[in-house]
Order: sequence, then structure tokens, then C-alpha cells
Amino acid sequence: MNLTTTEELVKTFNENSKKLSPAQSDVRKDAISAFQKQGFPGRKHEEWKYTNLAPVLGRDYLIEDTTTLNKKDIDGLLLSSMEANHLVFVNGNYNKELSSVNAEEPIVISDLSQAGDINEYLTASSITLNDSLTELNTALANGVVITVKKGKVVNKPIIIHFVGDGRKGNIFANTRNIFILEENAQATFIENYSTIGSNAHFSNNITQIVVKKDAFATYYKIQNDAQSDHVGTTQVYQPEKSNFAATTITLDGGIIRNNLNIRLSSEYSEASMVGLYMVKGNTHIDNHTLVDHAKANCYSNELYKGLLDDKSTGVFNGKIYVRQDAQKTNAFQSNKNILLSKDATMNTKPQLEIFADDVKCSHGATTGMMDEEPLFYLRSRGISEKKAKALLMHAFAADILEYIKLEPLKELLDQTILDRLS
Amino acid sequence: MLKIKDLKASVDGKEILKGINLEVKAGEVHAIMGPNGSGKSTLASVLAGRADYEVTGGSVEFLGKNLLDLAPEERAGEGVFLAFQYPVEIPGVSNTNFLKTAVNEIRQYRKQEPLDSVTFLNIMKEKMKLVEIDQALLKRSLNEGFSGGEKKRNEIFQMAMLEPKLSILDETDSGLDIDALRIVANGVNKLKSKETASIVVTHYQRLLDYIVPDFVHVLYNGRIVKSGTKELAFELEEKGYDWIKNEVKAGSAV
Ligand SMILES: Nc1ncnc2c1ncn2[C@@H]1O[C@H](COP(=O)(O)OP(=O)(O)O)[C@@H](O)[C@H]1O
Ligand SMILES: [Mg+2]
Repeated sequence: MNLTTTEELVKTFNENSKKLSPAQSDVRKDAISAFQKQGFPGRKHEEWKYTNLAPVLGRDYLIEDTTTLNKKDIDGLLLSSMEANHLVFVNGNYNKELSSVNAEEPIVISDLSQAGDINEYLTASSITLNDSLTELNTALANGVVITVKKGKVVNKPIIIHFVGDGRKGNIFANTRNIFILEENAQATFIENYSTIGSNAHFSNNITQIVVKKDAFATYYKIQNDAQSDHVGTTQVYQPEKSNFAATTITLDGGIIRNNLNIRLSSEYSEASMVGLYMVKGNTHIDNHTLVDHAKANCYSNELYKGLLDDKSTGVFNGKIYVRQDAQKTNAFQSNKNILLSKDATMNTKPQLEIFADDVKCSHGATTGMMDEEPLFYLRSRGISEKKAKALLMHAFAADILEYIKLEPLKELLDQTILDRLS
Repeated sequence: MLKIKDLKASVDGKEILKGINLEVKAGEVHAIMGPNGSGKSTLASVLAGRADYEVTGGSVEFLGKNLLDLAPEERAGEGVFLAFQYPVEIPGVSNTNFLKTAVNEIRQYRKQEPLDSVTFLNIMKEKMKLVEIDQALLKRSLNEGFSGGEKKRNEIFQMAMLEPKLSILDETDSGLDIDALRIVANGVNKLKSKETASIVVTHYQRLLDYIVPDFVHVLYNGRIVKSGTKELAFELEEKGYDWIKNEVKAGSAV
């Protein structure tokens, strides 16, 4: 299948649509026609100025969605040995046989295409800044709805493994998952990307997280796979006073675009967004974040840090909307980048739109080479230039890892980073 | 040990060192004094290998090697140590981890086996006593949030750990109260031996009550304009620098 035209995708949609629940078929049909009208976003699209998908779209992809992967194939993947509830998606589809969920956990997992009453999460307006890729996802994606019951705490993290079975050809996968935390519920979600085989794995995903009254959701997105190209939107809804924390870590990949949209639509909600990207080679990492303060007395805090080496490119776009009703908003944003090579580039753009007058907002962005002074200090103590740089890079990255409350994940990422630097 | 001949250095095209001559032999302590802005820190930085300064002339020989050819870390490996006038804060790098890396990198340079953790910790404890440094400081990030005095003490502690042959102390005394000054001086004196030498850069004569120099030099306007013994330091304390400045002016007028 070729993605440069929309034809084959529409054909795929028509074949799949028979399997859909009738309740969803209209909203999905609307989505495919919207996609057909718009086509994939090009560089002229305001939000896609610095991210060029052409190399990804130019490839040929397999259509088949079957897989012969078995448990052993999955065992070696990052995070697979962690004590957790493991949900494995192969080529975009939930694979129950490869997954393992502790039966004691207070969660209900149901198939998205069969879930009837979720249309409010499938309409175009359910995604802040929707574009043709989110439409395409709505049309094509399978996935699950995970509900955490009222007042319950999920003991172990829920790890979503997005695996591409790239042994026979390039994979194009669309997944849409919805996590619903009912009143007073608590859960930790980790999304991780990997590829088996030597071909490319392009995923176009949407994750929607509904954090209801007094609920607390922790969300990690981990990207450390050279073969993964990715466009993904994490859309968070905080309809009532609640707490959400996202950590996005990108250590490897092809062309990556992470959208993180948070709607703070009730007073006294809190959202935290931190991110670390440490990339080299030709990796392109684009983090687009948007926090929408719709009501008063909410707090959002954002810190993204990047280390870019070789010819890697980075984009940070941080939107903060503070609506007229959102008095007493506290919103902070910071993006710090270090370019480790002359060929690396970074485009950073804070975008604050503030319509309330009694607010505390701040933003700052820096991009530069590594500081000479600390480097000289370390070298003057006998530490080689390479090791001194590694120490400073690790310190820079560790600042973000400090936000990770899940100890085994923090240790694993720290070790991955240390191995990379040695 | 150290032979500096007609050393010239500039920064951003501005000449700061205008021909320095200095010889330091093993076992000696040299004090360098002089008014602010004369180039004392620049000399110290050039010896340690800071890249901002361009050496435009002259030579520096250290234990028979051309020091100017070596990278900063190689100079440390050869035994040069600079206690910085303004030690930089490095958040996220733990003081202990940093020291262990430094010690083992230098050992590797000297073709010695790396120290295991137990030996390292034992040495650390011993040297901590020497400079009376608080254990808590070593657990923290390198110099981050340290007071001026704590930073200076940490410099001397590093010096004790790295066992240099030539230590250059750049105004290690400034900002220290008398107690801290005594401790720092004590540390320096205990590390003194027939095989090592020190260059002590200072503003004030008071440090020289504790670290007694064999020679005192006055650096002014990029040149060593006067050298003598410790009596010169007393004279400077008494008369200030103006008479030196006048002497230099008179000299250049001739
Ligand atoms: N990195 C630098 N950039 C520009 N000028 C410098 C730099 N370092 C030192 N200088 C200048 O060189 C002169 C000597 O400075 P310094 O060596 O720090 O003097 P001292 O330590 O004797 O007070 C001063 O005029 C100072 O402003
Ligand atoms: Mg100075």
C-alpha cells in the first residue's frame, strides 16, 4: 500500500467498515471523507511547518494485519520484564494472547470497535487541533477502552506495547485507545514503541485519557526504537477537579511527532508535562503541546529538555490558552535545548494566548551549545572531554528523570541513557 | 619543574599577558600578587589550558614537557592543579561521583589501576579530615548552592584527592574568614613536599602568614614587574601598589 495518495486508504476503510459497530459507522465515515478532502498535511500547514512526513509517506506498506509473533518474540522488548499489566498491540491491533493482565486489577478492557457509547470521543471536535491524521485514525483505528472503576487504584502500571511486526515489510499501524479513570481512581500508563524485524514501523495513534473527579492519572510515553516513525496525539480531558502528569521520553526514532493536548475544564485541576529528547543521527523529534485553561484556579507546569546530536532535528511548540473564565491560572512553561553538533537544529516556539487578566504565566526557551565553563572545570580535574560531556549530558537529562515516580522505569531509563553515553 | 618563558596570551584579540617569565622548582612556594585586572587569573587559566585564551607567544615547560601542547585533562594527568578563583556550579553531577571519576581518570593517565569503591571512600575520609569538609557537601551536586567558603574548601579538598605536583591557588583566600583561611592553609601545608610546588595567587598578605612563600612576584599589566622574598609582601601590604605602578611608569619613561 502506498500512502502518497488517499485511494488505497479509503479502500481499506471500506473493507474494514463492515466490522464496525453500527453506532460508530457514521462518525467513522465522516472521518474518512474529511481525511480524503484534506490529504496528509504538508509543510504549508501551519502546524506542520517543521515536520516533513514525505519520507515516511513515500514508502510502501503491507496491508495485512495478521501476525505470527509469539510470546518469545515479545520477551526481549524494552519494559517487557517490568512488573506490570502488559497490553500488546501488534501492527496496531490489540493482541490478547500476547498480553497479560492481572485479573485482580480493577480495570475493564473492551474492544473499541464494539464499544457503542463512545462517539463523543470519536468526533473530530474531541481532539483539540484535529487534522487529517487524526481523522484518518478515527476512520481506521482499532484499539481498546480501559476503564478504571470508581475509587479504585490500579496497583501495577499498565504498559501498552506498540509492536510493529516488520519482518515481512513496512508496517502502517493505527491505534486508538481510550483510558477512563472514574471518580477517585488512580492508574499509571506507559506507552512504548518497538519493532521486530528490519522494516519500518509507522504508527498513527490517538490516546484519549479521561480523568474524572479527584482521579489521578500518570502517563509515560517512551520512544527508543530507531525503526519507529510516529505521529500521535494524546488527548487529555479533565472535566472535573483532577490531576494528570505526562512524561514523554524520546531516545531514538525516525520521524516523530508527539501531540499532547490537555483540557482543564474545571476549577482546581492540575496538569504536569515533562519531556526529554536525546537524539542523534537523522532522528526528527517534534513535541507539540497544548494546555487549555478553561476554568479558574488551575495549575499547569511544563518542562521539556532536549539534547540533539549529529543531524538530528527538534521542534517544540508549546501552546497555552488561558480563557476569559480562567482567572487565577498558574501556567509555567520551559524548553531547554543543547545542540551537540553543528548540524543539529532546533525550532522552539512558545505560544501563549491569554484572555484572563489575573493570572501567573511564564515561559522561556533556550537553545545553545554545551556550556564551556563546566566542561573546562571537569577537564581540568583530569576527566577526558568525552567523559566530561557525558557527565554533563547525564546531569541535564537526569533533571527530567527526577519527575518519574515509578522507580523501576526511572532506573531503566537512567541505565539506558548511561549506556548510551559511555 | 615549571619554566615559563616570555608567555604572551590574549582574549578576543586583546593582549593580557605581555611576556611572563617565571621558573618554579620542586619544593618551592611562589606567591603572585598584584592589583585587580593585572592578569593573575589569566596566567592561571592559561596554565590549566582554558581554550578562551589564545597563547600568542612564548613557551611553558612542565617536567620536561611542552605544557601548551596538552589538553586540560592531560595537564591534570601530568600533575597540574588549579584551584579556581570562581569554581563553577554543576547541578546534577554529584560531588562524590565527580571526584571518583576524576581520581580514576588521572590514575588511568598515570597507568595506575583504578581505585575500588572501598579504597576510594577510605582515602576520601582521610582527606576530608585534612580540610575539615562536611560529608553533606560531598553528597550534593558539585558546588551547587555552596557558600563562597564551601566552594574554596571544596577546591582544596579536590587538590588533596588528586595529589598534584604543581598546585596553582587562585585567590583561594578571598572571601574566607580567618578560621577557614587557617584550614585551607593547613591543607596546603600538609600536602607540601620536596616533590611538589605551589603558586599562590593572592591579593592580601594575610594568607602568606600561613603559607610562607619562598618567592613573591608582583604581576602588573600583564608582566611580572618585581620579584623578591616574603619581605616584598610586607612592603606591598604597607605601601599598596601605587609605588609599583609609579616605578613601572618611571621605568617605561626612561
Ligand atoms: N574571558 C575574558 N574576556 C575578556 N576579557 C577578559 C577575560 N578574562 C580576563 N579578561 C580581562 O583581562 C584582564 C586581566 O584579568 P584577570 O586575569 O582576571 O586579572 P586578575 O586575576 O589579575 O584580577 C582584565 O582586564 C580582564 O577584564
Ligand atoms: Mg583573578
